[in-house]
Amino acid sequence: MSIKIQAKDLNLYYGEKHALKNVNLDIEENKITAFIGPSGCGKSTFLKTLNRMNDYVKNIKITGNVSLDEEDIYDSRVDTTILRKKVGMVFQQPNPFPMSIYDNVAYGPRIHGIKNKKQLDEIVEKSLKAAALYDEVADRLHTSALGLSGGQQQRLCIARCLAVEPDVILLDEPTSALDPISTLKIEELLMELKEKYTIAIVTHNMQQASRIADYTAFFLVGEMVEYGKTKDLFSLPKDKRTEDYITGRFG
Amino acid sequence: MENSIFDKKSRLSDKVLYSLIQLCTLFSVVLLVVIIGYICYRGIPDFSFSYLINTPSIINDTIGILPNIINTLYMIVLTLLIACPIGIGGAIYLNEYATNKKFVSVISFTTEVLAGIPSIIYGLFGMLFFGGVLKLSYSILTGALTLAIMILPIISRNTQVALEAVPKSYREAALGIGATKWYMIRTVLLPSAIPGILTGIILSMGRIIAESAALLFTAGSAHILPVGLFDHLFMSGGTLTIELYLCMSEGNFQEAFVIAFILIIIVLALNFTAKWISKKFDVNKVV
Amino acid sequence: MRRQFDEELDKLNTDLTKMGHLVEVSIENMIDAFKNQDKELAKEIMTNDRLINDMERTIESRSFNLILRQQPIASDLRNVTSALKIVTDLERIGDQAADIAEIIVSFEEKHAYRTVEHIPTMAKKTKIMVHEAIEAFIKKDLSTAQMVIKMDDEIDELFQEVKQEVVEIIKENSERIDFCMDFLMIAKYLERVGDHAVNICEWLEFNQTGIVNEQRLI
Repeated sequence: MSIKIQAKDLNLYYGEKHALKNVNLDIEENKITAFIGPSGCGKSTFLKTLNRMNDYVKNIKITGNVSLDEEDIYDSRVDTTILRKKVGMVFQQPNPFPMSIYDNVAYGPRIHGIKNKKQLDEIVEKSLKAAALYDEVADRLHTSALGLSGGQQQRLCIARCLAVEPDVILLDEPTSALDPISTLKIEELLMELKEKYTIAIVTHNMQQASRIADYTAFFLVGEMVEYGKTKDLFSLPKDKRTEDYITGRFG
Repeated sequence: MENSIFDKKSRLSDKVLYSLIQLCTLFSVVLLVVIIGYICYRGIPDFSFSYLINTPSIINDTIGILPNIINTLYMIVLTLLIACPIGIGGAIYLNEYATNKKFVSVISFTTEVLAGIPSIIYGLFGMLFFGGVLKLSYSILTGALTLAIMILPIISRNTQVALEAVPKSYREAALGIGATKWYMIRTVLLPSAIPGILTGIILSMGRIIAESAALLFTAGSAHILPVGLFDHLFMSGGTLTIELYLCMSEGNFQEAFVIAFILIIIVLALNFTAKWISKKFDVNKVV
Repeated sequence: MRRQFDEELDKLNTDLTKMGHLVEVSIENMIDAFKNQDKELAKEIMTNDRLINDMERTIESRSFNLILRQQPIASDLRNVTSALKIVTDLERIGDQAADIAEIIVSFEEKHAYRTVEHIPTMAKKTKIMVHEAIEAFIKKDLSTAQMVIKMDDEIDELFQEVKQEVVEIIKENSERIDFCMDFLMIAKYLERVGDHAVNICEWLEFNQTGIVNEQRLI
């Protein structure tokens, strides 16, 4: 029951806009934490602060603290390459590189200097198996990844992420572009993965959060309104805004 | 039935427009066929293999355009060697690194303007600056430098467009795994942008071959074979197009048409190569 | 945004209120019929019980379809599930009233109402319990519910007293065993009504807190 990532008094500004307001949140290790909330509430922005993907957005100012394993990730001594190796990200639209399936998965390890073919072969196979994709593509590893279906592409992106052996996997609405069956496959996959990884997922789909998340945080206009065990948040929300959102009175 | 779907209406305006469009297309095709056809008709009879590999010499009483072919090759290679790094590098910087939006738009605007300046002005500038100030006089190098400035906008623009066309998601994906910016550009963006960049290069090659005004006062019109590979850069050298111009001004239409014929072949070959390369190196196609 | 959903929930509430009302009327009529030995009224109660049973099915159907189509959560879920639970208790109360009415129809004894001293008290208290329980549920009033739950102790005590009384009467006059059995049955039915009223209050607690008898259910 240890805390993997901690956000303390986190504030984020896009120029004048105060996009995240005093967010305090602990993400537990080997659990799935979901972030829910209406469009524009800041949940994706918050997710991106966890691996410093916000660094690439212009005009951003961040105050407060985000720490991974008790180390401040915004410290100037931090090597973002290593940070993003430890904290991987999967995006809403599956975005495999225009390369072969093999090269997609091997991309990460190659960045970090692994060149030995045998090693890469092992990593690729292991990652594809962990992402429940290996059986479907074993006979065509060197064909273009763009030939896969949407659900397969997304699992490939997960495999690509797993190949660098992260501690944490961040997912930004990973199934919103997929059909229901692919969605369920990926949800099953995430439930298996949480044994070894810490998972944070932004989702629009509340049934998804209630199906797979151990903890859920509700965001509204940049504020983290309520956070707790998913079961509690969905049956007896403490804040009226939470209740109104999850029962569909607004959103 | 009142509102039946079966009542096919004859839409006259659609049919008329359709015919007009077909006519336009036909016109373009016919035009091309006529031009190529006429040149072939006038050029092929006098075309001979020996013409291709001979040097004009009063002593040996030969005519040939081998030197011009070699000069053209020199021109293409040298110009591209100079312009590509600058053009591609600049485009990468503008697209991926530059943060000041105003700066980027000023540079873009400048590039567009450069592309529209008449080539004779480049020739003037080249002659006075490269030829005069840098004391290169009439030489292939002068010509290449001048042409390099001319094709810079083409290379730069095409590279920029190609980079812009790469989906943002590829960048995010690479950065999200821990790639540095340059690694991401090198391994994901550039490979994806290659068809576009190559298009720019091929277009430039076409431009280089086509140029006469800019080269006349920079590279000159000599037709001697290179003595030393590197020394030849500093010698005056006329390209095929220049030779064609000279033939026309002397009234030598027979030779002119042969050169024109050769140039057409080269242009067609270039275009087909461009298409083939584009298809072959397109990482974005699936099969 | 959820107009359809809210309309359905409103209909559910209306139906529940209506069923509660029908049950209250049954209890009132039952007491009146008992007091006045009005066998016609008693027969009416038995017939009307069918209406109460129909309403149970209506509300169950509405609830199941709500769950199917809207996948309710949070307070919506608690509202729908507690509605499902209390219709059972309401229907049972209706049944008890009908069962008592059946006995009344067959009564020969004059002044039967006052024969056993504690039964009128039980009847009055039970009527209050049912009324308050239904009101509390509709108004979501937890404190009234607590009061109803406490009243059940009194009902249970009264039942014990009735038992004693009946035993005495039988000892006095063994001829009267027949309708003494009837009185015992009536008292038992009234005690059951009290229990069902308590159930309704417990499901109100669940509706508000997710907890029943100190056990967290969701």
